[in-house]
Amino acid sequence: MRTLLLMFSGLLLPLILAARTILVAPGTPVSSLRQAVMLSQNGDTIRVKKGVYISLNTLIDKSLTILGEGQPVLDARFREEVLTITASHVKLDGFTVVNTKTGSMRDFAAIRLSNVEQVTISNNILRNNFFGIYLSNCRFIKVLNNRITGSNDIENSGNGIHLWKCKEVLIRGNYVTKHRDGIYFEFAKKCLIENNLSEKNIRYGLHFMFSDDDTYRHNTFKNNGSGVSVMYTRRIAMLDNTFIENWGSTIYGVLLKEITDARIEGNRFIRNTTGIYMENSDRITIKHNDFISNGWAMRVLASCSKNNFTQNNYKGNSFDVTTNGTLKEIYFNDNYWDKYEGYDLNRDGTGDIPYRPISLYAQIIEQNPQSVMLMRSFIVNLIDKVERAIPSVTPESVKDEKPRMKPWKR
Amino acid sequence: MLKIAKYIIFDIIRSKVLLAYTLLLLAISLTIFMSDADVTKGLVSITTVILIIVPLVSIVYATTYYFNAAEFTEMLVSQPISRRNILLGKFIGISSSILLAFIIGVCIPVCLFAFSATGITLMVSGYLLTLSFVSLAFLTSTITHDKAKGIGLALMLWFYFSIIFDGLVLLFLYTFADYPLEKAMIVLTALNPIDLARILILLQLDISALMGYTGALYQQFFGSGSGIIFSLLMQLVWILVPLFFALRIFKKKDL
Repeated sequence: MRTLLLMFSGLLLPLILAARTILVAPGTPVSSLRQAVMLSQNGDTIRVKKGVYISLNTLIDKSLTILGEGQPVLDARFREEVLTITASHVKLDGFTVVNTKTGSMRDFAAIRLSNVEQVTISNNILRNNFFGIYLSNCRFIKVLNNRITGSNDIENSGNGIHLWKCKEVLIRGNYVTKHRDGIYFEFAKKCLIENNLSEKNIRYGLHFMFSDDDTYRHNTFKNNGSGVSVMYTRRIAMLDNTFIENWGSTIYGVLLKEITDARIEGNRFIRNTTGIYMENSDRITIKHNDFISNGWAMRVLASCSKNNFTQNNYKGNSFDVTTNGTLKEIYFNDNYWDKYEGYDLNRDGTGDIPYRPISLYAQIIEQNPQSVMLMRSFIVNLIDKVERAIPSVTPESVKDEKPRMKPWKR
Repeated sequence: MLKIAKYIIFDIIRSKVLLAYTLLLLAISLTIFMSDADVTKGLVSITTVILIIVPLVSIVYATTYYFNAAEFTEMLVSQPISRRNILLGKFIGISSSILLAFIIGVCIPVCLFAFSATGITLMVSGYLLTLSFVSLAFLTSTITHDKAKGIGLALMLWFYFSIIFDGLVLLFLYTFADYPLEKAMIVLTALNPIDLARILILLQLDISALMGYTGALYQQFFGSGSGIIFSLLMQLVWILVPLFFALRIFKKKDL
């Protein structure tokens, strides 16, 4: 045992002793990050002083801690990628990474991580890149507090944070804007995405596919070209996020397509054209959410089943729920609907008659979209009232048996 | 002209009908705002009220007053005052007193409880709606000769604009559902002052839903300021055109 320990420390000690700090500054012998990486060994620290450095796909193939002091600029002058990390245990902090090449043959990225583990990318500013941070086949990565701004060019824009085939990645406190998709996941499992702000991206604020067991918490997705789109995924949790001002005809606060066993709780959907759009999605719990001033709070297609909507607040939406056919096994319970006109004789806080969230006018608009011009007119109010009193066209099965009289306090 | 207006305003303020109208509006607005903490919901309810009650009272009251003051008009005509000045004086007098009722009954509560872009739009559209229906009332009064016919016509107009018209539009939409109706719809709404007022308010309350339409024309209409400008301009047309025709008829009318 002792010999083993000795041998082990004998191996390890030189490594620790040898950990050096290499300084990079303009006008000194070591004037580029590439030189510094060549001079360094595993475990070294590289400090980069303030300045502008040309970096044409600098390869980081050793376990280094690379710190920028005063946000030094790494510029690829639109000729290449900027940084590629192929070693595990790298920490990259405090850089300004700008101007990657754009093109349709390769996904040029500002910071590319490929087949690595335990890497931290933090406090960087990324500007004017094709792809921002690109992770492929990585595990245990942290992407923290980066500000990522794209070029806002519709034809030549990649994703802000792009994950492909990753596991257990933490993405926290980032700001992504003007990219194609703010945050893009494909085959990324067991990741945690929290406290990010993704706004004004060209396509989706958040876009993921085949990414099971991920958790999204406290993020804000605002005013993105097509809102948020999530597809073909199992067991995700979307908690306490805010989806705000995603406006347009095919633009959704959240689009759910073939999502199963998801939990969507505590989110706020404010002023979206459609809050949640659901297609082929089963066994989803939608609970404690606020739907405020949306055009359509929810659009649930007939291909969805076994979904539970409980304890949500629906306030000031033009339409609460719409559908395209017959809904089966969709349960509404204990929600607050501001359009509810029932009474509560026994004073238990829930209304005595059920609320039907699908109005006749919503059905009319479904068939004849032009009739939007008649919204809030006397005749529409009249036919809605008549339909509420004697339901004949609106689906009988969709109703909240116990609507709340007062909104849920959060 | 202004002297006549002043006289009429003083005359109307003394009458109980307008007082009742003011109190009714005030009661409705205050109850709605007091009973519900949610201001937007209150504004939605007030919208419904404005779109029904304001046109009704404006058109019926203006017509009734016009006929009740027929002798006064005859007296004025015998004086050296042009008929144009008499009619415009009456219009200014009646419309400003009804507007006063609207200001006290709706604008003050809205300013107190829900002063916002939506609130302002609501007040402006109520204003314009009042004016256009008083203008329509002048048209019905000058067209007809006796009071019963005049009021009947006024009621018919109100009923047509607030209910029948939208019903016809709905029917039209279903009949021609296979055709692109965007332009036709915008033109159709311009044919009804209540619809114009409603669209002004919609642009504030339901913009999220209105943005959901694929048609480029709708997007442009709702998305930019052009929808607001269009409805404001058309409202003005609805105030000026009936008044213009009323004036033409009144000038030649044998009292």
